[in-house]
Amino acid sequence: MKTTESNGIVGRGTREGASLFRDWFQDLSQKAEAGNSAAYVFVMGSIAEILRVFDLPMVFPEIHSLQTAVRHVSDDFLNEAEDYGYSPDICGYVKADIAIQLRGGDHPMGRIPKPGIAVLTNACNTYLKWGEVWERMYDIPMFSIDVPATREAGTRSWPGDEQFEREKKYVKVQLQELIEICEKMTGKKFDIDRLREVLGHVNTMSSGWKRVLELNQSRPSLFNALTDGTVYLGMSNVFRGTPEGALFFDRLVEEMEYMSANSIGTLTDEKYRLSFIGVPCYPIFRRFNEMFTEWGGSFVMSTYLWFAAGGTNLGVQYDLDNPMDSLAEGVLISVRDAMDSMFHPELTVLEQTNEFSIDGVVYHPIKSCRTTSAGMADNRRSLMENSDLPSLFIESDMMDSRVVSEAQMKNRIDAFFEGLASRKARAVVGA
Amino acid sequence: MALAAGVDVGSTQTKSVIINEDLKIVGRSLIDTGANVVKAAEQAYLEALTDSKRREEEVAYVIGTGYGRYKVTFGNTQVTEISCHGRGAVHMFPKTKTVLDMGGQDTKAISVSETGEIVDFCMNDKCAAGTGRFLGAASLALDIPIDDLGPTALESEKPVRISTTCTVFAETEVLSWLGKGKKIEDILMGVHQSISSRSIALLRRVGIENEVTFTGGVAKNSGMIEVLNQNMDMEVNVSEDSHYMGALGAALFAMDHIMTSRIPAGAEA
Repeated sequence: MKTTESNGIVGRGTREGASLFRDWFQDLSQKAEAGNSAAYVFVMGSIAEILRVFDLPMVFPEIHSLQTAVRHVSDDFLNEAEDYGYSPDICGYVKADIAIQLRGGDHPMGRIPKPGIAVLTNACNTYLKWGEVWERMYDIPMFSIDVPATREAGTRSWPGDEQFEREKKYVKVQLQELIEICEKMTGKKFDIDRLREVLGHVNTMSSGWKRVLELNQSRPSLFNALTDGTVYLGMSNVFRGTPEGALFFDRLVEEMEYMSANSIGTLTDEKYRLSFIGVPCYPIFRRFNEMFTEWGGSFVMSTYLWFAAGGTNLGVQYDLDNPMDSLAEGVLISVRDAMDSMFHPELTVLEQTNEFSIDGVVYHPIKSCRTTSAGMADNRRSLMENSDLPSLFIESDMMDSRVVSEAQMKNRIDAFFEGLASRKARAVVGA
Repeated sequence: MALAAGVDVGSTQTKSVIINEDLKIVGRSLIDTGANVVKAAEQAYLEALTDSKRREEEVAYVIGTGYGRYKVTFGNTQVTEISCHGRGAVHMFPKTKTVLDMGGQDTKAISVSETGEIVDFCMNDKCAAGTGRFLGAASLALDIPIDDLGPTALESEKPVRISTTCTVFAETEVLSWLGKGKKIEDILMGVHQSISSRSIALLRRVGIENEVTFTGGVAKNSGMIEVLNQNMDMEVNVSEDSHYMGALGAALFAMDHIMTSRIPAGAEA
């Protein structure tokens, strides 16, 4: 342990991630103060690869919204948006962002620049309506990329399939159109070599992300997919295609491999290894996790780390000799996977149960995101029919503390662990 | 012979049960929880002891359960009422597969294994519709004692339909039916039907498997038992001690602890 403490490798990713995140917010604040605008993008298909070529600063509204919940002030923002006329039933991220816009970009972590363009995909149905709000507020262009997806299990097309090639062309044409808009907006000419450079960084980050997720098969688990994983996830989105992002993931892989080799875990006494399905409960982010770790439960995998990473968990590698085709292919595979991760999480969870030694699955549907929550009850039923994995279904929200009841949650979580404990005890005596 | 105790601190009432090593109930008590939860837990426990005519020193282990389980300050540990109701129900009715626990502010549907282990559970969320509180609202609105609600509802010939799912609005709806001249028994049966349909929806989420055991305070209500039997087309198990099922389950877990602690070290396997 002394070696660990002296070289500071354990926990480095979380520390460095938090520090880089603060720098990013500071940089955004400076840009906002200087009156610069930014490209507003989303975690499920940011198309950072193209925007970086034009040096467009990027704002991730989902991230700045969730930060208000982590800082326990989201209710102020939600109330303001509701007072302005938005319904209590719509996406909490949207409402927090609306309030931020109404406040001229004021945010607990600094100031958010105004949008100069909105770039979105169809991975979330709310993106389109959200983009329209900025379009109306600021009279800016909104560019929507339509990524074909069946949202049906087992029907995906793959490179080489006729359908896939048609879909790839469809995505590529849209990316080219985005390039033209960026050229007009910035007055810069598109530089294919700069794109290659960005894609190279994304390749490092994607393979690193995939490796980090795989390494959590280690016992004990190396990181908590719900807490630490969310920090890494933020890095994978915000620093996508940058040298800082690539370096971060190289160092994170190094940290995880070190921990794995030295059997260092995120919990001192890991008793239960859990899989998380859904979006975290940001209003009580740490406490939510504690209710599980108090019982020795650690989240070793989370679907959030798949879909909110825009599908980069697959580790898609771009072909730098053929950047545009490869980018179209990567966007198609990754964004489509992000969508499918939300619709059929149980398939991957079941596939990976043995590899990750999963003891139980936690479903967390949330009130203000029906895109990620719809169908979870059916999904859980399917999981129960196809395995004997115990599962817990707890409902709350990602932003709105008015529908987060900690006492009720704890009751269910405790009962879930009592069941896991009794099951484990029975397995020990061979009953 | 050692004794084990369970104290179930519910939102409305606190129950305590003392059992002996034959797993028989030797003492029980039920009091209103009130504002002082710690005091309620202590009082219920002491009253159960008095009822058992045994000394406090004979109680080797105490488990707290219910929403106020962490307020059972004299207890040895806590177990959720979800596990306790499952355990208690299987103890009382060994063929139980599904438990419906209807309490003051929540209703639980619990699927259990033969050993009383929880397979799955589902509860009402963030709303007291479909719980005992719904009956409490009707009792207030109609000025009928809680104990008379069930028998009165069973006199109904043309039940009204209570459509609201909100406990607070239910009171308004009950008054509006009164205003329309509907009979009290018909309105009450509508209330029972409404709770029953919400409870059965919860049960469906964990799967309704025979036998179903009905526990909690509302299981004392004859009207609710009848409506559930009709709507599920089966007869639910109801014990005289249905109200004490959570406390009983806690006491059974406490007795497990006593028995396990007697096994010599290294002999478990």
